Amino acid sequence: MADTGETWILLGATSAMARAMARGLAERGDGLILAGRDMADMETTAADCLLRGAPTARAMRFDARDAHGFAAIIDAVPGGVVNCAVFVGSMPPQGEIDLDPALIDGTVTDSFTGPARFLQMLAPEIEARGAGCVVGVGSVAGDRGRIGNYVYGAAKAGFHTYLSGLRNRLTRAGGHVVTVKPGFVDTPMTWGIPGMFLVASPDDVAQDILKAVTKRRDVIYTPFFWRAIMGIIKAIPERIFKKMSV
Amino acid sequence: MRWKPAEYAGWGRALRASGDLARPERQSTLTALMGDEPAPAIGNCRSYGDACLNNGGRAVQMLRLDRMLSFDAANGIVHVEAGMQLGELARIFAPRGWLPAVMPGTGFATVGGAIAHDVHGKNHHGAGSFGQHVEAFTLITPQGDNRRITRDDPLFRVTVGGLGQTGVIASAELQLLKCKGDVIVVTERRIDGWDDFLTYLDASDATYSVGWIDATATGENLGRGILEEAETGSGLVTARGRARSVPFDAPGFALSPPVVRMFNRAYFRRVPEQGRTLVKPIRDFFFPLDKIRDWNRLYGREGFHQFQCVVPLEQASALRAMLEKVAKSGLASPLAVLKRMGSGRAGMMSFPTEGYTLAVDFRNRAHAVRLISELESDTLNAGGRIYLAKDALARGAAMRAMYPEHGAWAAAVREADPAGAMTTDLIRRLDLRSL
Repeated sequence: MADTGETWILLGATSAMARAMARGLAERGDGLILAGRDMADMETTAADCLLRGAPTARAMRFDARDAHGFAAIIDAVPGGVVNCAVFVGSMPPQGEIDLDPALIDGTVTDSFTGPARFLQMLAPEIEARGAGCVVGVGSVAGDRGRIGNYVYGAAKAGFHTYLSGLRNRLTRAGGHVVTVKPGFVDTPMTWGIPGMFLVASPDDVAQDILKAVTKRRDVIYTPFFWRAIMGIIKAIPERIFKKMSV
Repeated sequence: MRWKPAEYAGWGRALRASGDLARPERQSTLTALMGDEPAPAIGNCRSYGDACLNNGGRAVQMLRLDRMLSFDAANGIVHVEAGMQLGELARIFAPRGWLPAVMPGTGFATVGGAIAHDVHGKNHHGAGSFGQHVEAFTLITPQGDNRRITRDDPLFRVTVGGLGQTGVIASAELQLLKCKGDVIVVTERRIDGWDDFLTYLDASDATYSVGWIDATATGENLGRGILEEAETGSGLVTARGRARSVPFDAPGFALSPPVVRMFNRAYFRRVPEQGRTLVKPIRDFFFPLDKIRDWNRLYGREGFHQFQCVVPLEQASALRAMLEKVAKSGLASPLAVLKRMGSGRAGMMSFPTEGYTLAVDFRNRAHAVRLISELESDTLNAGGRIYLAKDALARGAAMRAMYPEHGAWAAAVREADPAGAMTTDLIRRLDLRSL
């Protein structure tokens, strides 16, 4: 297999979407740093990716709530183009947060400030190399606060805004940022949760992301029709929306 | 682990189940689950009947545990998680000169399922069954223990072809087969009738061989069909287009007898009289129907049955009589296959045995169900057996009598899973745990 000379850091590499993305990147010939908490699982995925054509694949510990480990990951990036895709995030049920407001801190750290801090450390590296792509996986939940999951939605909204600013910054240095807003994806997070519809497979989402990276798209919804759905939801006037439960 | 209430069906869609499914994505999740609340594993539900069903109970869906763990290029042994699909394994390894040693008719079957049914392929006469190329597997027992089972372990022959009754297969070490590349050179030949078919099958020295049979042809055309013989090769062929899918359940007339007769005649004549040789991507030869996703919906909402039996070589005339019955009934679908099997098998309940195997699909109708029941008796009388991965209709006593090692197997299963946590609909319907 061809070695593209590019390396991808995947944050939250044990997630179903990250695994699918890692496989896609491996078959392209990109090097991989799988970062997350379950080392045994990531080492398995790394072995799989090596056999699928990744020139390098290694697992490294990353915990969004523990910034001490961030530098080691950035130091581990070899020469060449460095890219990063963020899949971390946590979504405790809103009802649990209502009972225990302290859960907000962890949710916001996992879904926004932790990865943002990591990207903030990585940005100078991308600027110095004059190339590199950041993929931030947000959520349609970040497009509008809803009664069902507004803390998670707020964290993702913050992340979206952060990515928009980072895009503004990295563009002038030759870098690029893709904001990805998936709808419902068939992962352990949604498995067995009632009320799911139009559920996309992680493989399809990963393919959409890879395409967006190649085409240097700025903001994508995946699957694409979520752009229309969220367009409608965003257009509902607040005085009506506040009484709805969508 | 969260459980998801689901309705699911075997590939034939005639039998269905509702129950809770778990779908672990990490080995640690699977191990923990088996320690707390053991349940039988299911793969991609490509077995036709109820082997993959646990109505009213729970099942562990293995599709997300589908990674390659290691590969030794020196000896061709690959270690994969059990949810890996065989078509994916072939896609990755064929360009590097290796293939799964045995591939069934669909690439969507998982490694775990292929072991649990000890599946066979178009090279069975030479290469034997899937289980014969399994060096070892990791079994999570109903007691929650992780055990590596090698060929000399007594549980090996109980688990291979063992219908998931000894625990959940988490991963397997497979001996791949050297191949020349990812294309296949196929020779297709028209066969005019039954006797010719057997003569050609007996004489064939091709690595891969399979016969398509026109199960609607009667009289002097009885048993006519096309013999395909193939060898792997290297070179370039055009990649095939996107897979198509059947978006809805087809109406009843889609596979009615006149349509099938017409289709079969055209399909037979598609191959020129003097035969032809084609070069294809391997998956087009091994998994021809995978090009049409959800093709099982062509049979409509009621689904379909596949009858597959194997009878000893000397019982060829009994098999001919069965085919005649099928042809006269006019109930067969275009999907009918004849093949000569070798003696290779790896488990106590493995289907393969030396002889001729016939597989025919039928729309799920009362007439067809009656016919299949007759064919079941014919099979028993001929000293043959019915394939558990396909069956949805057989009766327990007949089925148990077809498998000479059934008693010993049932005893071993009761010992491995005394609480019956791995029991599935197939086991209950055929009472396969009774001694």
